[in-house]
Amino acid sequence: MSTGSRKRIVKELAECHADPPPGTKVQLIDESNVHTWEILMDGPENSVYAGGHFKLNLTLPKDYPFKPPTLNFATKIYHPNVSNDGKGSMCLGMLRSDEWKPPNRLLAVVNMARSLLLEPNPDDAVEPQLADQYKNDRAEFDKTARDWVRRYAAKK
Amino acid sequence: MNMDSDEEFNSNSNVDMSSDEGFLDQDMESDVSLGDDYELEASDDEEPDIGFDTQDKDVKPRKEAYQVDFQVLSPADIQASQDEQIDEVSAILGQPPQNSAILLRYARWNKERLIEAYMDKQDEVLEAAGLGSVATEQPPRFERVPNFMCDICCEEGDQLDTFAMKCGHRFCADCYTHYLVSKITDEGEAARIKCPGDGCNRIVDSKSLDFLVPPAVKGRYRELLTRTYVDDKENLRWCPAPNCEFAVDCPVKRKELFRIVPTVMCECKHTFCFGCSLADHLPAPCVLVKKWLKKCEDDSETANWISANTKECPRCHSTIEKNGGCNHMTCRKCRHEFCWMCMGVWAEHGTSWYNCNRFEERSGAEARDAQARSRQSLERYLHYYNRYANHEQSAKLDKDIYIKTERKMTQLQSASGMSWIEVQFLEQASQALQQCRQTLKWTYAFAYYLKRNNLTEIFEDNQKDLELSVENLSEMFEKPTDQLQGKKVEIMDRTSYCNKRRIILLNDTAENLKKGVWEFNVEMTG
Repeated sequence: MSTGSRKRIVKELAECHADPPPGTKVQLIDESNVHTWEILMDGPENSVYAGGHFKLNLTLPKDYPFKPPTLNFATKIYHPNVSNDGKGSMCLGMLRSDEWKPPNRLLAVVNMARSLLLEPNPDDAVEPQLADQYKNDRAEFDKTARDWVRRYAAKK
Repeated sequence: MNMDSDEEFNSNSNVDMSSDEGFLDQDMESDVSLGDDYELEASDDEEPDIGFDTQDKDVKPRKEAYQVDFQVLSPADIQASQDEQIDEVSAILGQPPQNSAILLRYARWNKERLIEAYMDKQDEVLEAAGLGSVATEQPPRFERVPNFMCDICCEEGDQLDTFAMKCGHRFCADCYTHYLVSKITDEGEAARIKCPGDGCNRIVDSKSLDFLVPPAVKGRYRELLTRTYVDDKENLRWCPAPNCEFAVDCPVKRKELFRIVPTVMCECKHTFCFGCSLADHLPAPCVLVKKWLKKCEDDSETANWISANTKECPRCHSTIEKNGGCNHMTCRKCRHEFCWMCMGVWAEHGTSWYNCNRFEERSGAEARDAQARSRQSLERYLHYYNRYANHEQSAKLDKDIYIKTERKMTQLQSASGMSWIEVQFLEQASQALQQCRQTLKWTYAFAYYLKRNNLTEIFEDNQKDLELSVENLSEMFEKPTDQLQGKKVEIMDRTSYCNKRRIILLNDTAENLKKGVWEFNVEMTG
């Protein structure tokens, strides 16, 4: 790890501590490793994920910030943009390597994750069936999403 | 297809070719037209003779009907033709060369469309190509800015070298360089690398890039740019041979592949189809080759076994294997009762239990017909497939023959005191064998899709003649080395006869393909 990237990461961590999005807490899993972050995020009040407590892992590549970070939901979630394969990976917007620009901030990544809880993006989905249901049978989608929150994300 | 384009492919002279090319453009090309960018045309301003002299060396004096015009380009040729077009566009648009290069890459090297669009709505084109608004020309350089902080590494200081393009997104020199190097070496990007600034779509021009990245990465960058150039041009294609860095320029268009099999030979001697990059598949057109390869892949051993060893229930068409017992079958699935021998309804059998001697009952005849048709089509396929596979196998053995030939040539040289040039006839014979087997292999795929008519019969006669001449030549290679010298004239005769038969067959197919008179039993669509 270059000293330059460490300096930046430490700065970004401070930014996230100072001004996190509502209901969100960012911390290092291991104080000696600035490349692996843990994000605790409450489902936003006016969303189907309300009442849920989600844990996400944010991993910074060795070449950060020249390569994008990876973001995974460790808590199971019913969401068109989160893969339902046990990995909970996300791959959209600034997380894609062709869209990521080195000045992009991790705070923006955390904010993007939160805004996707408020409003999923079915047009850039990893789970096409869920996206389809979200668009065409919203009632059923909401019902299942709430059900999953109760089953997998109720406890802190 | 109209006749004008026919003329084009028959024409030997370059004058005809280039003028037809232009004509073709207006006549047939629309959205994807790249016609005028064709290599030969780039030298419009020069004395035409210069271009033609060099070209003449590559063109054989007489072109067979199955041959197409083409030209092999070295990496330097490819670079030169890009530069020429960039200069030309620069002169017309009044843009510096590095901007013209970006514009041309943005327009996928379609010069006409670029110029037209640029004249029409300059600002929009510049924006879309990632050039933002036009500004004064200034060579790229580092600057030091008071109170600067790099948004990427968060280093700050007045002594930091920084860089920005005209869009003004400024970062420290180290980060800017690291960003570009990582895009080029890790992600293989070149033509569309954007400014590292958040949300900025400006494309990094090659001058800025040359200024920032180390020489080794510059080389890779050029390579990638050339790769996109060849990929973008319809008249260019890389030689698919491993490690070959040549490309081939051929005017045959994608939509003409139904009528032409554009077979080209690279500098490295690899012969391949310009249309699909597969190895030489004359005389079969690309579309049939694709269908055939797909069919060979699909018709797995399992499918063959099922076809050969089972029958279908005449009512529900379930596949049934009879593994013994009497002929009175009751379908497990639909409970239909029928006779295994004649496939007729069992009730019509009356008292002839266990012994089907009835022959002309209708229900049975129809069922048998359907079955027979499906078996027959399998047999037909296997007929062609076996011959195709046989020649493919032989073509592989040709490699061994070739190696053996070389050894024999050396032996012959030392045994007979003949000079190297005098034993060349063996290599020529071996090459003829390889080439003819390759052609024969594809004649079987081609024939599989032909309807039965007079033309097909002529084709099969030609095929038979070629096959015979190939076997006759092949047999010569089995002779012991000490007899080869005495057989020299005979081998040379048989070699030239093979080559002649191949040309006759290929010309016949190519001419009929061009005229569109072959009748196929499949749709000629992709």
